[in-house]
Amino acid sequence: MKPTDVRNPDYFHKVVDCQWGCPAHTNVPEYIRMIAQGRYSDAYMLNRESNVFPGVLGRTCDRPCEPACRRGRLEDAKPVAICRLKRVAADHRDDITDRLPTAPEKKNGKRVACIGAGPASLTVANDLMPLGYEVTIFEKQDKPGGLMRTNIPSFRLPEQVLDDEIGYILNMGVDIRYGSPVKSLKAIASEYDAVFVGSGAPRGKNLELPGRDETDRIHLGIDWLESIAFDHVTSIGEKVLIIGVGNTAMDCCRSSLRMGGKDIKVMARRPRAYFKASPWELEDAEEEGVEIVINHAPKRFVVENGKLKGMEFERLEWDADAKKSTVIDTVFLPADDVILAIGQDNAFPWIERDMGIEFDKWDMPKVDKVTFESARPGVFFGGDAAFGPKNIIWAVEHGHQAAVSVHNHCQGIATSERLPVGMNLIPQKMGLSEWSYHNDFNPSKRQKMTHVDLVERFKNLNVEVETGFTAEQTAREVQRCLNCDIETVFTAKRCIECDACIDICPVLCLTIARDGEEDELRTRLSAPATNLDQALYASEPLPQTKRLMVKDEDVCVHCGLCAERCPTAAWDMLKLDLTIPLVGNTLCNQSSTTAPAPVLV
Amino acid sequence: MPSIVKPVAMHPSLKKNNLGLTVRDYEGSMSTLCAGCGHDSITAAIIRAFWELSTPPHRIAKLSGIGCSSKTPTYFVSGAHGFNSAHGRMPAIATGANAANRELLYIGVSGDGDSLSIGMGHMAHAIRRNLRMAYVIENNGVYGLTKGQFSASADIGSKSKKGEANRMSPIDPVMLALSLGATFVARSFSGDKEQLVPILKAAFSHRGFALIDVVSPCVTFNDHAGSTKSYLYSRQHQYKATESDFVPPASEIVAHIGMANGHVTESTSVTMHDGSVVKFRTLPEGYDPTNRQKVYSYLQEQQGKGEVPTGLLYLDESVGDVHEMNNTPDEALISVPYEKLCPGNAELQKLLDEFR
Repeated sequence: MKPTDVRNPDYFHKVVDCQWGCPAHTNVPEYIRMIAQGRYSDAYMLNRESNVFPGVLGRTCDRPCEPACRRGRLEDAKPVAICRLKRVAADHRDDITDRLPTAPEKKNGKRVACIGAGPASLTVANDLMPLGYEVTIFEKQDKPGGLMRTNIPSFRLPEQVLDDEIGYILNMGVDIRYGSPVKSLKAIASEYDAVFVGSGAPRGKNLELPGRDETDRIHLGIDWLESIAFDHVTSIGEKVLIIGVGNTAMDCCRSSLRMGGKDIKVMARRPRAYFKASPWELEDAEEEGVEIVINHAPKRFVVENGKLKGMEFERLEWDADAKKSTVIDTVFLPADDVILAIGQDNAFPWIERDMGIEFDKWDMPKVDKVTFESARPGVFFGGDAAFGPKNIIWAVEHGHQAAVSVHNHCQGIATSERLPVGMNLIPQKMGLSEWSYHNDFNPSKRQKMTHVDLVERFKNLNVEVETGFTAEQTAREVQRCLNCDIETVFTAKRCIECDACIDICPVLCLTIARDGEEDELRTRLSAPATNLDQALYASEPLPQTKRLMVKDEDVCVHCGLCAERCPTAAWDMLKLDLTIPLVGNTLCNQSSTTAPAPVLV
Repeated sequence: MPSIVKPVAMHPSLKKNNLGLTVRDYEGSMSTLCAGCGHDSITAAIIRAFWELSTPPHRIAKLSGIGCSSKTPTYFVSGAHGFNSAHGRMPAIATGANAANRELLYIGVSGDGDSLSIGMGHMAHAIRRNLRMAYVIENNGVYGLTKGQFSASADIGSKSKKGEANRMSPIDPVMLALSLGATFVARSFSGDKEQLVPILKAAFSHRGFALIDVVSPCVTFNDHAGSTKSYLYSRQHQYKATESDFVPPASEIVAHIGMANGHVTESTSVTMHDGSVVKFRTLPEGYDPTNRQKVYSYLQEQQGKGEVPTGLLYLDESVGDVHEMNNTPDEALISVPYEKLCPGNAELQKLLDEFR
């Protein structure tokens, strides 16, 4: 096996599973340590650098970091409650307004238009304003936030949290124009140096079945949620059927309960293992008494004399991997209202087809996956508008990357010219057997979020259900983090092959082995390395026997004992500090003249 | 001293032995020896050997004297019985313990100072009594606990950390044991668990006294150029005279022999008292691990060439242990009722009267 190239920042970055899994590469272990030290504001600011909306995301993020978390691969199989800890940082921060980026008085003369005031556009504004750009956001509603405001019910995300974090951006002097749906992109493109389209995927998918148009009690999920957000809807019938079982469906069913619904059923075509909704959102809905009905395919709406009576479903039986189904029978379920939550589409009727933006066969704009530029130079897409519905954290990352492109475009640099990710590896040794970080393993179980009790929470739509972690819960949960960013780094020439590291490793990560091909090597390590997603870290041949030191990264708990028991400091614990080039963050503004070079060890 | 105890987190694939215990259940407290000490590797080998044999921790008695090596019983099988004796007196304590309870599995861990200087007389007598125990000498050639003076096992010409060469003739525990009539003599290297673990398992199954001399580099005082007990020197001069497998008794034999097929052309096997088998995979030509004279002259010849021959070197299962020699009861003396063990004053008077 070839010696692992640890000079490539990606290698150690991948070891930090959460950071690698996060689209915006938020430095999770570092902010968890800050929370552990009570440095909530610092933790908040570190979060904000990459994900811009820590308070919002601390409540609503899709959490790709958590399934990735190394802790989830250990015995108790539950990842660190990263998202909840993020909320802790946001909830307990001090006034951080004086630490926020500011826009210079003197502008740089470049004007940028953003379409839609959702997370993607707001991120673009956040990144570009400090550089002196004049950013204008066109928003069709009267309030900013996009789907963060219209689709996430206030019992999950209090309006104040949203207003605060959006305010941090708009207060830099963004020119935001409410009630301004864009009618023609061509007109805007001609007025601005660059245009960013962050208009989302605003159209709920319809269900064309018999009876669909004979009543006004069938609602499109995202439109209905939006009507609640703007107080256009205040009630719903007692019996409600929700069609679809994604996260929007969860928001719809829980909102129905608060609008007067009594008997709420979420109707799913497939078995539970194939649901799109996040497990925790399903749990929260079921806790409130929503019934989730599986294997029911909608057949028709039953409408009598213009009044919705209910729906007919075909009951299905699926084969083993839920690919093929057979119909068992047809059942009728009564309903006063039906809410359709089966997905969203993009819609760009306002983009002229002759302005150089190319569209694919699904009528989606062709967008570069790296630069987010369309076929027309200077017009960029991001968020759900770029590649269809994803989630907030992806929209933020799109915004960051598009901001880099906008900057390049306006400064006459090719948008494809992007700074590499850099890294520093920082020693953590404070003395003999003394580290800068808390290296002990804490066997505590994942802390459970407490909820406002069922009676209390339905009194008002705005009662936030999740109460946030208590101080005790926070103290325990922060200690569950394995500090994966404190990397084990090996220097082969120092090794005397005393086996001390192998003997001490609690999780059998290490082996000194004869060289071999990786596949074969994986079978003869201290413990078989069966998780192929996790790398083997192979050294140069060792001085005495020419064997290799091999580390299976899979379940390393980063306790540092290998380094403590190493007599020659061949193993050391170094903190990975990634420099992810974003146009708006101060670190990268410094390094934008000189690219951050990877620091070699 | 490590900053933390070994985390309780375990690898998800960790296997359990016949007793339902993982290898982690055979660990002890954290080692306070220098980082990189060979002794810690031997500790890891002992842990593995006991785990693989599914030895119940409470049936093990671990004994030691004084020295770096003698600290190590603390670092394995915390569920075992233990006795940390006076310097060099471990064999005497072991003899007493074994006399009282022959049913425990005795492991003594000693060093070149504890066994070859202050305690050599005690060790010699434990050997000739064929006391049933595994006796591990963690041999590093220096007194590590008193800052690295030469020990009795330092080779002539071997250099101290400051560069001074040893001039006194070394005591070789392997040759010594052979000449004292030891029935199980092995040598290994702390950096070679593949060899050491099967030897330890065979030693735990041996009928009498099993001596295992393990070269165990002192990373602080004897791991430099010029030392003959450094990691590098040991690797360069370790000569695997014999290679052997330990096959536990009963059903597992079949499987093991099946696995060994193909590797083994010629092999010598010695059946142990408890039914397990030591299979020698490779032996030097004409070598007979059951012939004391031949082994002695072979080792003398090899050591004359500067080699450090390792492996299970000599094995004799035909000699009974101290209990068999003394016709003690099959059961442990501690389980013999006191009245029977000590007939009392009346019986003593009767006996004395016979001589009046």
